[in-house]
Amino acid sequence: MAELTYLQAISDGLRTEMRRDKRVFLIGEDVGVYGGAFKVSAGFQEEFGPWRVIDAPLAETAIVGGATGAAMMGLRPVAEMQFADFISCAWDHLVTIAAKQRWRAGTPVPIVVRLPSGGGFSGGPFHSQNPESSFAHIPGLKCVCPATPEDAKGLLISAIEDPNPVLYFEHKHLYRRIKAEVPEERYTTPLGKARTHREGSDISVITWGAMVYTAEEAAQQLDADGVSVEVIDLRTVMPWDKPAVLESARKTSKVLVLHEDTRTGGFGAEIAATIAEEAFEDLDAPVKRIAAPDTPVPFSPALEKAFIPQVEDVVAGLRELAEY
Amino acid sequence: MAIAREAEPVGSLTEVREAGLDRDDLLGVYRNMLITRGVEERGHILYRQGKIPGSFYTGRGNEAAAVGVATAMTSEDVGTPLHRDMGVHIVRGVEPWRIFANYMGRVDGPARGRDGNVHMADERLGMIAMVSHLPAMLPVATGCALAFRIREEARVAVGWFGEGASARGDAHESMTFAGTRKLPIVFVCDNNQWAYSTPTHFEYATEHVADRAEAYGFEGVVVDGTDVLAVYREARRAIDKARAGGGPTLLECLTLRMEGHAVHDDAFYVPKPMFERWAESDPIESFRTWLRANAELTDSEEDEIAAGVKKLLTSSLERAEESPQPDPATLTDGVYATPEDLDTPHHK
Ligand SMILES: Cc1ncc(C[n+]2csc(CCOP(=O)(O)OP(=O)(O)O)c2C)c(N)n1
Ligand SMILES: [Mg+2]
Repeated sequence: MAELTYLQAISDGLRTEMRRDKRVFLIGEDVGVYGGAFKVSAGFQEEFGPWRVIDAPLAETAIVGGATGAAMMGLRPVAEMQFADFISCAWDHLVTIAAKQRWRAGTPVPIVVRLPSGGGFSGGPFHSQNPESSFAHIPGLKCVCPATPEDAKGLLISAIEDPNPVLYFEHKHLYRRIKAEVPEERYTTPLGKARTHREGSDISVITWGAMVYTAEEAAQQLDADGVSVEVIDLRTVMPWDKPAVLESARKTSKVLVLHEDTRTGGFGAEIAATIAEEAFEDLDAPVKRIAAPDTPVPFSPALEKAFIPQVEDVVAGLRELAEY
Repeated sequence: MAIAREAEPVGSLTEVREAGLDRDDLLGVYRNMLITRGVEERGHILYRQGKIPGSFYTGRGNEAAAVGVATAMTSEDVGTPLHRDMGVHIVRGVEPWRIFANYMGRVDGPARGRDGNVHMADERLGMIAMVSHLPAMLPVATGCALAFRIREEARVAVGWFGEGASARGDAHESMTFAGTRKLPIVFVCDNNQWAYSTPTHFEYATEHVADRAEAYGFEGVVVDGTDVLAVYREARRAIDKARAGGGPTLLECLTLRMEGHAVHDDAFYVPKPMFERWAESDPIESFRTWLRANAELTDSEEDEIAAGVKKLLTSSLERAEESPQPDPATLTDGVYATPEDLDTPHHK
């Protein structure tokens, strides 16, 4: 096993699939000669050539719509949005065509859209968003949000293999900050299976993406209080691992749902509602949500800190639940 | 001032032979145009009988444009036909009874009751079903062409759009991308001069939609969309060029939408003289006249073709009426694809 950053693990997964399967190609802005805005595909064009690592014009509709057409013709496109935020320009092609095609016309659309998402570095309102909840709401789409390098590789390979349109949210704040052992061989990590990031018995935190690390730090602080916190990393938001969440809720009887996306209508609401419907009798406290406030993502570090859930916020929430 | 090339009408039978159609082909084209119109006329009757839920659209006036382009494609080529392009489905071989079944939302329609009217296509015949959003199929068609280019296959994609929808960004992005990469695609503009009630001068400010092609780095051609042979010849040229690596063409077929936008619309906003002038160049009547003058179409041949089409449509209607309603228990089936869905020849 080699130690890889989260970003290197994404590259590794993509390279593995491109070497293995000639149908897989990458298309996006500046992905070729430049290697992608974040260098995920650095060196790819040299290895795979300009028709498998395609520098597209600044045209997200053409990129995602084009990927859809190419997938219908039997290829396995991976489309990169330079930032997840620009997926709004291709919304129509994901939601109107790719998502509905299997149900409506019987045609699978095996595409992956890679979405560098998330805040924490003053990207401002248009380079920091976490739009996974919006897409999780669309029947026909899958949403993947890896937190660890190992999952980043395994989930990307699964996403490429999957016969559906898959949105792969890669958290920019994890790109170079998170490093871990990653198997060198090819492996898949199933979509829809959560991971217990940390076992505990008193409170469950249900989260995904960069918030896994925020939850982890908060949980460590709760150890000092003698409160044992379990952290469940959902890994994929659609499909989401309902059995694992309910099992953890039943075990600990108290649940905190945590996400970096804004609060109202965020995916945490779906999780909280499901727990209320299906595990009400097992709860010893109301399900608590911690999420970003309902505003655009701010630019100034002072404001952004107030926007993105911080370790202190989670600690306070956990203490409230512990005392309930 | 026009920038696009304005195509000449087709003259003699010899010229048509050079373009690749023999006499039997010509009779087949005529028959396909009759079926196209017949399907839509019968559909309209079904609609008035209350058998078609939702709305009903026809492509009356566009039969030559649709049939002409589709006739120029090979079976390996793919396309994304729209709501005025019934003729494309007919040429590709979708059986009329399945089209009637689709109109009525029955299980045997290509959309199996999940989508209506002309939002259907038979993938096995190389067609991709349109969505309502216009011209959202152009980027998809461009992606098909991209796949052909990546795999170095001698195949061409044809993407249709209306002159109204030419205003949307999808058209621009597709043509930009296809132009920069010289993709094997033909963009076909069904210019029927109206986008619902909106006339062309509120949709684009050039003389022709095809004038834009120059700006994308490829050729634009305007053709009389009521002249099936001229459409065929120009489509064939564009398709052959794309297949040979020459890149895209924007082919604009000029017609008039001879009915309202859909059945609910009486088209009060279209000046009467405009209808009168275009009624004189009815695509089917013009072609019939041409066949009589240039290809010795006889009375008995004409009668035989007409009777065959009538019989086909009558039996198709009967068969479609027997097609079952979709089972509500299947509503949530197939939202997500399974790996078995990829078990098709082109996903290997
Ligand atoms: C994006 C989008 N906006 C609005 C509509 C509603 N609509 C359906 S057809 C139509 C007019 C289309 O005109 P044109 O592109 O010229 O095609 P035509 O119907 O004349 O063949 C409109 C506005 C639509 N289908 N898609
Ligand atoms: Mg129009």
